Amino acid sequence: MTTITTPTTSRSTSTTATRVLGTVALVLMAWVVVSGLFLTPADVVQLESVRIMYVHVPSAWIAYLAFVTTAVASAISLFRRHRSLGFDRVAGASAEVGVLFMAITLVTGSLWGRLTWGTFWQWDPRLTTTAFLFVTYVGYLAIRRLDGTPRQRARRSAILALLAVLEIPLVHFSVVLWRSLHQEASVLNTDGDVRLDGLMLFTLFSGVIAFSAAFAWFVVHRQRVAAMEDLRLTSGLDVALAERRAEAVPS
Amino acid sequence: MIRRTATAVFRKDLLIEWRSRALLTRVVPFAVLVLVLFAIALDSEPLVLRAGAGLVWMTTLFSALVIVQRSFELERRDGALDVLKTLGVDGTALFLGKAAALIVQLLTLVVILVAGAVVLYGVNVEPSALVLLVTTALLGSCGIGLVGTLYGGLVSGTSGRDTLLPLLLMPVTAPVLIGASRATESAFGGDAIDATTAWAWVGLLAVFVAAFAVAGAVSFGPLLDSDS
Amino acid sequence: MVDVRDAVVTMAGFPALAGATIAVREGDIVVLAGPNGAGKTTLLRLCAGLVAPVRGSARVFGLDVAEQRDEVRSRVGFLGHANGLYGELTTRENVAFHAALVGASRDEVDAALHRLGLGGRLADVPVARLSAGQRRRCALANLVVRRAGLWLLDEPHAGLDATARRELDDTLLAASRSGATIMFASHDLDRLGTLRPRIVRIESGCVTSDSSLRKGAGQ
Repeated sequence: MTTITTPTTSRSTSTTATRVLGTVALVLMAWVVVSGLFLTPADVVQLESVRIMYVHVPSAWIAYLAFVTTAVASAISLFRRHRSLGFDRVAGASAEVGVLFMAITLVTGSLWGRLTWGTFWQWDPRLTTTAFLFVTYVGYLAIRRLDGTPRQRARRSAILALLAVLEIPLVHFSVVLWRSLHQEASVLNTDGDVRLDGLMLFTLFSGVIAFSAAFAWFVVHRQRVAAMEDLRLTSGLDVALAERRAEAVPS
Repeated sequence: MIRRTATAVFRKDLLIEWRSRALLTRVVPFAVLVLVLFAIALDSEPLVLRAGAGLVWMTTLFSALVIVQRSFELERRDGALDVLKTLGVDGTALFLGKAAALIVQLLTLVVILVAGAVVLYGVNVEPSALVLLVTTALLGSCGIGLVGTLYGGLVSGTSGRDTLLPLLLMPVTAPVLIGASRATESAFGGDAIDATTAWAWVGLLAVFVAAFAVAGAVSFGPLLDSDS
Repeated sequence: MVDVRDAVVTMAGFPALAGATIAVREGDIVVLAGPNGAGKTTLLRLCAGLVAPVRGSARVFGLDVAEQRDEVRSRVGFLGHANGLYGELTTRENVAFHAALVGASRDEVDAALHRLGLGGRLADVPVARLSAGQRRRCALANLVVRRAGLWLLDEPHAGLDATARRELDDTLLAASRSGATIMFASHDLDRLGTLRPRIVRIESGCVTSDSSLRKGAGQ
């Protein structure tokens, strides 16, 4: 019986749990696509462009979920001896998937702004902070790719992730304070003027669930692949040990 | 024990800097040159006057990259950092000592750059704004110095350090850039920002400094150990 | 003093030490002999608390090198291939820095400099301008002023001419007589001169022979 953090011994990284999760995610996604594109009404002010909301808002949610997941997993990895490498792998997987959703958030947010006001970028706090979050996590992933033992990698990136927990709220608060100086910013919120009726709200909500399920599915698989990579390193050690000892000729 | 070690490291770093005069003969000219280049690139005196505060702090940030890299390079060159690690030197003490030395250098730079802005951009500093200016310069230098030491230590000795430090440091220093620039702008007599707001920004800087002083003191030790 | 049992230490997955065992008593002078890549440096780093064993155990001064690493490090003096000196500072300033770290007095700094023949004019020269042998001695002065109980030196004789080697040996002997335990690596046993150390051979990450076990066999 395999758990989420234990690598499987077979070649595939899927288990019953992930297959169920994946199916749920796919089904919900399909529903969101259908509902978002065809069933929900267009907005009075924004017309059809409001439909970007169904991708943008859940992506933003996932971006921050990934950030929190990486932070929590990093904290556990630093402060617990047992399975600390497993949690480090989860942190890394969550960051990789999170960066993807951060990028989606930025792109869709930018497009939405373009369609609504004609400019690609508004310095609104949420988008700006997400941009900083994106760059910070690109840096985090770069740190993870440096040479070193898994333990070194775990230690370094965990500290970086926790520093990001300190940094991002500070950045966000600075940007909020900064934009409040420029009065027009307070109305520049793409989803601020959208009136959400029942079906739109429900679709949005399903979108969040669907994306969360997809996020979990990606992270579990990525974490397992990472576990298999590390396993290959350790089993390599026994072989290397045997070879090295064979070289030694006692005098 | 911590204070003894931190003081020793602080004095050693400043002594080396004094001996080599790298800050005064190389970094300061570079920074002043950047101020000049900004003026040339923007090509509008009123614009540059308005942007003066931001330009001073942008230049400080870029120069900080150079100073931080150097601070850790001289530890790496003859394996000095390894030797310090072999002594079991306390990570917190090492962090505080190096950060303090870095802050002193940054403060010197900021003072010179502000003078540069006065001379080159026509900035005017009222005596009444002096307290605000000095406080901002102090807190801004502390903020950049603390995160610079922390992230400099994170990448020191790794193969990616030259390109990684800018990538990691810039997002983190954003609050300092925003806060210090706005407060300095007010000190330079900018109409857009009143005194209350300016001191609110100073407050933000203070929070930043406190947060990263603690974070750095706590994580520098484990950070160094991740290399062995 | 030093008690290593079946230690396995890996560098990027490769087993630099593949199960090494060695015991050193207080006051011993031990030379680790073996070809390049045998694991001598790794064994020294293990005893210095700079690396931890993934298997087996290592205790120094009765302290576990992994669990009580900072304590081990503060009592051990490790000198690798690099000297750990700051080129822009003078000899005296370098030693004074290490003295300041442990709270040693200025007199101790002068004594250490003197003991290593770095007093007088040499003390006020920037270290970057010293010869290789003089820099090595400055690094040893750092060990002396730190009052390290265990000296771990990685090929300290490398790059030194005959005079410098003799001076180094004298320094090591004097340190040993003052109570320090010394372990150093070398791959040139012919020039050990006056030292008469215990010889421990290392090959392929394991200890393969130990002269102290061959009683009466001579050096």
